[in-house]
Amino acid sequence: MEKLILPDIPNFHQIDIYEQHGGYSALRKALTMKPEDVTEEVKKSNLRGRGGACFPTGLKWTFMPKNSTKPKYLCVNGDESEPGTFKDRQIFEFNPHLLIEGTIIACYAMGIATAYLYIRGEYVKWIKLIEKAIADAYAKGYIGKNILGGNFSTDFYVHRGAGAYICGEESALMNSIEGDRGYPRVKPPFPAQNGLWGCPTTINNVETIANVPIIINRGAEWYTAIGAPKHPGPLLYGISGHVNKPGVYELPTGVLLTELIYSVAGGVRGNKKIKAVIPGGSSTMVLRGDQIEGVRMDADSLKTAGSSIGTAGVIVMDEDTDIVKALTRIAKFYYHESCGQCTPCREGTGWMLKILKRIEVGDATTADIDLLVDVANNIEGNTICALGDAAAWPVQSFVKRFREDFEKKVKN
Amino acid sequence: MLTQENLNKVEEIRKRYPTAQAALLPVLWIAHEQEGWISEETMRYVGGLLGLPLAHILGVVTFYTMFNTKKIGKYHIQVCTNISCQLLGSETIMEYVSKKTGCKKGETSPDGLFTLSEVECLGSCGTAPMMQVNDDYYEDLTFDKIDAIIASMK
Repeated sequence: MEKLILPDIPNFHQIDIYEQHGGYSALRKALTMKPEDVTEEVKKSNLRGRGGACFPTGLKWTFMPKNSTKPKYLCVNGDESEPGTFKDRQIFEFNPHLLIEGTIIACYAMGIATAYLYIRGEYVKWIKLIEKAIADAYAKGYIGKNILGGNFSTDFYVHRGAGAYICGEESALMNSIEGDRGYPRVKPPFPAQNGLWGCPTTINNVETIANVPIIINRGAEWYTAIGAPKHPGPLLYGISGHVNKPGVYELPTGVLLTELIYSVAGGVRGNKKIKAVIPGGSSTMVLRGDQIEGVRMDADSLKTAGSSIGTAGVIVMDEDTDIVKALTRIAKFYYHESCGQCTPCREGTGWMLKILKRIEVGDATTADIDLLVDVANNIEGNTICALGDAAAWPVQSFVKRFREDFEKKVKN
Repeated sequence: MLTQENLNKVEEIRKRYPTAQAALLPVLWIAHEQEGWISEETMRYVGGLLGLPLAHILGVVTFYTMFNTKKIGKYHIQVCTNISCQLLGSETIMEYVSKKTGCKKGETSPDGLFTLSEVECLGSCGTAPMMQVNDDYYEDLTFDKIDAIIASMK
């Protein structure tokens, strides 16, 4: 497949190299279109969000009011903190101008004059790289006042996070930009009605925005032919854990999970058998090694298989993995990262961790395994944001699919 | 308390947002880079600069893990122990780093050179195990690599 997001072109982060290869031609083209036609093209492309929720991007853009007395905003979500996920950083490093170009097109489509790129605070090197790219783009008139000599103006600023997974949640991200704790908001109202400073706002993932110039340049019809029809396009797959060649690989959506593991990532280290695979970052349900045959990496296929696409951050665990220990570490992550607003999440994540620790050291009973799942079931659906669900799903799926590993560790 | 150069940066940053409060995280970063940590004195100063109450600033500073609320070692070693790194031996790495730096996990070494922390996923799962020292990522860690990194800091 032709590499579109991460082409093998040296120094592509340099603006003149980007331009030489047709860079910013999509922006030029978009500016000749009506803004609503740009949105329509993205809608027809079936592009779905790459941040984990997989929501149709074009549809999200239509939620923004056409006319508004208030200013409108775009937040590009580069908080990338989902365990197993390391794809957006590749875009910052190897194709920052694709992200910038996509951002300006998105702003044009929705009539937005200010965009913020929220990057996780730990990504210092990548913040510097993208800030340089943005400065270069400003200098050439791709961002700022009267872009490319036309009537459209927009600004694009980097906003550095400071260590909080929850700020990847769109409404917590907005609160963080507003200079507050990253507490998610109760929804409705949704960001397009009441976002940053009460104004219409759209939040899109970095990789999602990176797809926009491709769609505008090649057309929606061409784009929908890539990968799975209902969830098309190039996808940055991350693969880590017990594989020989971990890394980020660009392939069409819908690749077989087994192909990703055995062909692309070089198979399992030491030729061991696979015990478990998390397909889309730690928030997605774990699959047993004997469940992955025939499973494709697209939204619908993974749902059918009993998991979800998430961020396509695949984590492979071999046959010698201590499953209880793996889940305990995942549970600890959600306990650390819970913002603390909702009782089920704040108390429930801590409670699940305590039970898991007791199971780990052999200080638990079968009833505790059931209690663990019960706590997870009572968090799910009862919280302000999806972190509660994200904390519950690993517990539910690990225990359901690896019950014997938990039974082995309890007293009776 | 901020240098004039930093105060100029603050003025530039304030133009990016429609409210003064929205400049809080960027301004805290500027103060943090200058001082190495955020003291109560710094919080009061930033509050004066942006017209924000101390209580609000304290709430923000304590929410985000990267804002140090006390002085730490010259080198802040942050080892990721989340799932992909754990699968590739992060526990062993943590023990080794602790031994080599003479610094207990979660503490600052007696000579003030190192602070050793356990952190959540840093987005380097494909190059695990790994650690962040101050602003820099060190990936695909081996004992030899760690030896070299620590030697360069001593």
